[in-house]
Amino acid sequence: MTSAMQLSGMLAATDPPGTAETALFWVLAPVTVVAACGLLFARKAVHAALSMALVMIGLGVAYLVHDAPFLGAVQVFVYTGAVMMLFLFVVMLIGVSAADSLVETIKGQRLVAVVLGLGLVLLLTGAISQATLDETVGLVAVNEDPGNVTMIAFRIFDDYVWAFELTGALLITAALGAMVLTHRERLTPRTTQRQLAADRIAEGAVKAPLPAPGVFARHNAVDTPALLPDGTPSEASVNRVLRARGQVRSAEETAAPTAVIQSEFAEPLGDGTEEGGSR
Amino acid sequence: MRPEYWLYLSAVLFAIGATTVLVRRNAIIVFMGIELMLNAANLSLVTFSRIHGDIDGQVIALFVMLVAAAEVVVGLAIIVSIFRTRRSASVDDANLLKY
Repeated sequence: MTSAMQLSGMLAATDPPGTAETALFWVLAPVTVVAACGLLFARKAVHAALSMALVMIGLGVAYLVHDAPFLGAVQVFVYTGAVMMLFLFVVMLIGVSAADSLVETIKGQRLVAVVLGLGLVLLLTGAISQATLDETVGLVAVNEDPGNVTMIAFRIFDDYVWAFELTGALLITAALGAMVLTHRERLTPRTTQRQLAADRIAEGAVKAPLPAPGVFARHNAVDTPALLPDGTPSEASVNRVLRARGQVRSAEETAAPTAVIQSEFAEPLGDGTEEGGSR
Repeated sequence: MRPEYWLYLSAVLFAIGATTVLVRRNAIIVFMGIELMLNAANLSLVTFSRIHGDIDGQVIALFVMLVAAAEVVVGLAIIVSIFRTRRSASVDDANLLKY
């Protein structure tokens, strides 16, 4: 807190403003205006949000210069920290890649809008330049004697206490409103586990574990399909990745030596004579 | 330099925010334009508070920040719920009330 006060004390310029504040203004104002123009010209919403955060930080520094250290801190906390991050969050939710459409729905709308904006600038600056302002009093004395935060607290909890209570109601209403607006009603009843099991049986898929790969006399790796009882190879017994790569051995190739051995068992003498046959 | 230079800055920022609202089609960027206008008004409030030596301007700026925070919450919730039903954040697509 002390260092923050020192910082604002360094930034808090004399009244009328001195050279330090003039220099700060001519650095801060172009940065802020260029960043605000990023809002106008950025194609993507993320870039617009980031340039908006830069504007907010610039305004926070401006408040420090204007003898408002509390407001400067709140500006950075609330706007840059909370509001802009909320914006970024929604941008991520809605889709970062969603670029703005270039189609003009109303003909000549952009031109008219830019002309109106320039007209607004001329109007406001003309009004400000014509106005006669009092000699700048400054808030240095107020910030010294009761202190900035103390004085704001006096005002909020004394003169504006009713408005303060109303803002409390407003914040609660806003929180409720956000909850109501983003709440999604469940249209169908939640499916129970029993229902899920019945659905799986009804769709008729394989419920048991898949068959193991084939085990043959000279080969039992996972790339050999198992044989079904009728002698055909089972597709499901081989990993589908191996099948997609074409690395599956044919079952006949590995089953053939087994068949030879079995036939040797069937005819041990190999002469076709009947007497030695042990079946 | 007199403090009204800050008022000029505030005027320029306000005009940029208003033009953003008029030009852009993305609802989020339009919303950020509104925020920029609120901030520009805050800057002029704080500047006037300094010129007159009265802290009331800062208090009002604080209230504006509060209301803006509440407004952002509701506005973004509306944008999200519109996006959920229409799959679009463009202000041109939400036109059913026209007919």
